[in-house]
Amino acid sequence: MESPNQEHILSYTTLFGVLCILLALTAITIGVSRIDLGVLNIWAAILIAACKAGFVLLFFMHLRYETRLLQITFVVTIGSLAILIGFIFWDISFR
Amino acid sequence: MTDVPSYLKTPSSPNLKGIWVWLLTTDHKRIGVLYMISILFWFCIAVTLGLVIRTELMAEGETLMGSQTYNAVFTLHGVIMIFLFIIPGIPAIFGNFLLPIQIGSDDVFFPRLNLLSWYLYIFGGILAVVSLFSGGPPDTGWTFYVPFSVQTESGVTFTVLAAFILGMSSMLTGINFITTIHRLRMKTMGWMQMPLFTWSLYATAWVQLLATPILAITLLIIVAERIFGIGLFDPGRGGDPILYQHLFWMYSHPAVYIMVLPAMGVISEIMPVFSRKAIFGYKAIVYSTLAIAIAGSLVWAHHMFTSGMSDTAVFVFSLLTFVVAIPSAVKVFSWVSTMYKGSVLMTPPLFYALCFIYLFSVGGLTGLVLGAAGTNIHVHDTHFVVGHFHFVMFGGAGFAFFAALHFWWPKIFGRMYNFRKAYRAAILITIGFIVHYMPMLILGLQGMPRRYYNYLPQFEAGNFFAGIGGFIMVAGIMLMLVNLVQGLRKGEPAVGDPWGGTTLEWSVPSPPPLHNFLDTPRVKSYPYDFTDIMKQQAGSKKV
Repeated sequence: MESPNQEHILSYTTLFGVLCILLALTAITIGVSRIDLGVLNIWAAILIAACKAGFVLLFFMHLRYETRLLQITFVVTIGSLAILIGFIFWDISFR
Repeated sequence: MTDVPSYLKTPSSPNLKGIWVWLLTTDHKRIGVLYMISILFWFCIAVTLGLVIRTELMAEGETLMGSQTYNAVFTLHGVIMIFLFIIPGIPAIFGNFLLPIQIGSDDVFFPRLNLLSWYLYIFGGILAVVSLFSGGPPDTGWTFYVPFSVQTESGVTFTVLAAFILGMSSMLTGINFITTIHRLRMKTMGWMQMPLFTWSLYATAWVQLLATPILAITLLIIVAERIFGIGLFDPGRGGDPILYQHLFWMYSHPAVYIMVLPAMGVISEIMPVFSRKAIFGYKAIVYSTLAIAIAGSLVWAHHMFTSGMSDTAVFVFSLLTFVVAIPSAVKVFSWVSTMYKGSVLMTPPLFYALCFIYLFSVGGLTGLVLGAAGTNIHVHDTHFVVGHFHFVMFGGAGFAFFAALHFWWPKIFGRMYNFRKAYRAAILITIGFIVHYMPMLILGLQGMPRRYYNYLPQFEAGNFFAGIGGFIMVAGIMLMLVNLVQGLRKGEPAVGDPWGGTTLEWSVPSPPPLHNFLDTPRVKSYPYDFTDIMKQQAGSKKV
């Protein structure tokens, strides 16, 4: 594992690859929105958006190359957000 | 040790002169004092507004003001008390001053960000004042519920922006505290050697960091709705008004724990010091603190049982609400057990702490009535809720704030205060509190709704008594503040450890020097080890 103080520079290939993945996921978001999956539509949209956010954070914001503590902090934060959003569905899904 | 100039006589930068010593300081202690002055200012304003509300309600019909003014006054009372007093109260004043010292550091990790937080706090306060003169005072209550907050022509936009700015200040303080505890804690201080006040600030900071952005976004959506009319909460355009309530309470219920967790941390410091005994169940209190922070973030919808949300959600959130009661009860049990077979020394801070335990317990138990979906339906939006909320927030966080003021005042300013006046004030506040809020619980059970400026004749006696209690309580608060301020001029100089405390802040002079520690502090293997204190006491008795 690299030292946290060491500057990490991503190659253009990696950055371009991530960009392509993000564009592909955007296309999938649009495609999925046109299919009627019922209550799963919203879950699909949230899942794809979460994946996109994950790629941005991991590569563009270099979280993948950070220390373990920061990574745990990130996972806890995302987990909390997921729980908070998920708990709204105790209401919306059962109305 | 006492020859070293205190932080009050040493600017954080030698270039600073006059008022700039304060306004541009990066010293965490001075910033804590800046917060103290500004927070106490807002507290006095909000108390005055509260007393105006209760005076209006003392007699049936319109007495002091009409309904529109009443709506504005209770909104301002709520907004100021919540966002400008209780939320920042203990963390911003005592957290800023004490957290670095308790972990053996000379400052917080981001000193400039710390000062920025204070300026944001001041800016948010000014914006709240501006809202009074831009379209009229807000009249929505501190909850800003839609659709009213979107439709009203009062100055809600500025009030909401003020709350947004104050939220940012709170978040920056939270980030600063988390980073400070992780990065600046002494290497010799393990997690289970941290003082419980620091632990409570750590848990609170996480809640601040995770929950505040939700409120910030929700408040911005209200502004967007008012300006652009997006329709996110408008059923006519596919929106959902209950979604607003979810988003609002997703922050605002954890905010209750932002208010009360540091208060619990204060009590956890005071109880062992004045019982001369290690705190009962140190680890249980630590885990309870974390459990309250986590579980408390998952119970927000118990504010919405009558909103029309699904029965499944009502069941789940009611169940989770009862779960939060467990760690809270663990703490109360631990505090009381700490006193058992202790060498109890009555002082003003302990007096306030004991009142806290009693009043907070009443608040907690009345909370169970509201947490149970069945009973909640009957007392929802009645004065019972007002009584319960004030028992928890004022009887809890407020009394802990007073306890903290009396406990750490000698440390912060290096002066003691008059104990007799402090006791008189505390007794007045406590009696006033009970006479003030107990009738509200009864009025609520009788069916008196909250937020009405008038009521049916059968509620007059209860409201009259509540008003009397309010005046007694405010007299006590005034006496308390006057006594503390008098202590600054007339009080005896305080020694480094006037109470016989064991945590690191008591190992430095009162008030502390600019960089806190003169030598490398010695971290005890257990932060509440009173062996040395008891030996010293025994030695002085023999002499």
